Amino acid sequence: MTDCVSFSSEILRINAKQEVARIIDRLRFIMKKKLKRRGIVVGLSGGIDSSVTCALAVEAFGPERVFGLHMPERDSSEETLFMSKMISNHLMIKSAHEDISGILEAVKFYKRYNDAVRSIIPEYGESWKSKIVTSDITENRGFTFFSVVAQAPDGKLIKKRLPLKIYLEILAATNFKQRTRKMLEYYYADLLHYAVAGTPNRLEYDQGFFVKQGDGAADIKPIAHLYKTQVYQLAEYLEVPEIIRKRPATTDTYSLSQGQDEFYFFLPYEQMDLCMYGKNIGIEPSLVAEATGLTTEQVDYIFRDIDRKRSTTRYLHMQPLLVGNVPEIHS
Amino acid sequence: MDNLRERIKGFVIDNFLFGDEEGLEDQTSFLDAGIVDSTGILELVDFLDDEFKIKISDEEILPENLDSINNIIRFLGKKLQS
Repeated sequence: MTDCVSFSSEILRINAKQEVARIIDRLRFIMKKKLKRRGIVVGLSGGIDSSVTCALAVEAFGPERVFGLHMPERDSSEETLFMSKMISNHLMIKSAHEDISGILEAVKFYKRYNDAVRSIIPEYGESWKSKIVTSDITENRGFTFFSVVAQAPDGKLIKKRLPLKIYLEILAATNFKQRTRKMLEYYYADLLHYAVAGTPNRLEYDQGFFVKQGDGAADIKPIAHLYKTQVYQLAEYLEVPEIIRKRPATTDTYSLSQGQDEFYFFLPYEQMDLCMYGKNIGIEPSLVAEATGLTTEQVDYIFRDIDRKRSTTRYLHMQPLLVGNVPEIHS
Repeated sequence: MDNLRERIKGFVIDNFLFGDEEGLEDQTSFLDAGIVDSTGILELVDFLDDEFKIKISDEEILPENLDSINNIIRFLGKKLQS
């Protein structure tokens, strides 16, 4: 039983050395007994999650059995490739640079996306940048909606709420990015007879912050059980370069810089971690509020939103469903 | 008002419940019952905008206005009057 009085960010502190040892042990076991592949492919974004996943794979299998992929595209921030190459160099792994802009062009991603934004912001031009943001759950009390924020070359910002059709057009087009990257990861995995690592942390895995058959697809997810603050603790222990550890969490999906807390979680990860952990172990909202600096009412909404997202996320986690038994396969 | 209720209920049953109204009462919370998710909220707002020729503002997208058939009826009553 957790001592409710001592509930604070310290409660998520783990013994990084022990946890790394445990993960390495599990990775080796899973690879040997279940996946039976020769190594691991990791898509590198230059962010903390993929860097830690890659570092863990190197610890488990050695740098010669880990292959990194750099997959920026036209909308990626300038530092993405610099950061992702920094981690592959730091870990001394082989890697490949596959700019996915050409593939996205071929599937008309940029056109589909720009047309969708233009249908609500007619002046949206080629040199404009944009992102999708969500409303504040604590203000709208669970009734969230999405808006597009577009920035003109002169810096002028326009924000418009998205009606259903345009929201779905933008979402469907944007998901090309994660699915294209996963397609390339599996290309290299087939080429090398490796498995593919997924890089979600616990918040993302639990709340469905991933694209089905996109970044949600993988053979193994080494950090899916860890809260984001714990991923940072492992990063420090694994000596992931400080510049990567200090980089703000970003989705790096839209042309205009977008924090994860603008699109999906509403809160910075430190607060979101504590809210989810508190809810998971049955801490009263008032105590979580005290530890996070939120109001009890806000924590109530966050708790309810966690449940709702879990419900929606079931579809994303679901394997293909059969309507008849195939006992030879599913015994 | 009954006609209003039927139009809204019909949309919810048809669009979110595949024609099966079991478990849906006029006071049922759409969110708590898992009837709508974030995309469902957009569908609901689109339907109300189109069906009743209104423009729901950002500030009006709240549970007390949209989270049950009763809440929508109340909200629409005020909205259509103004």
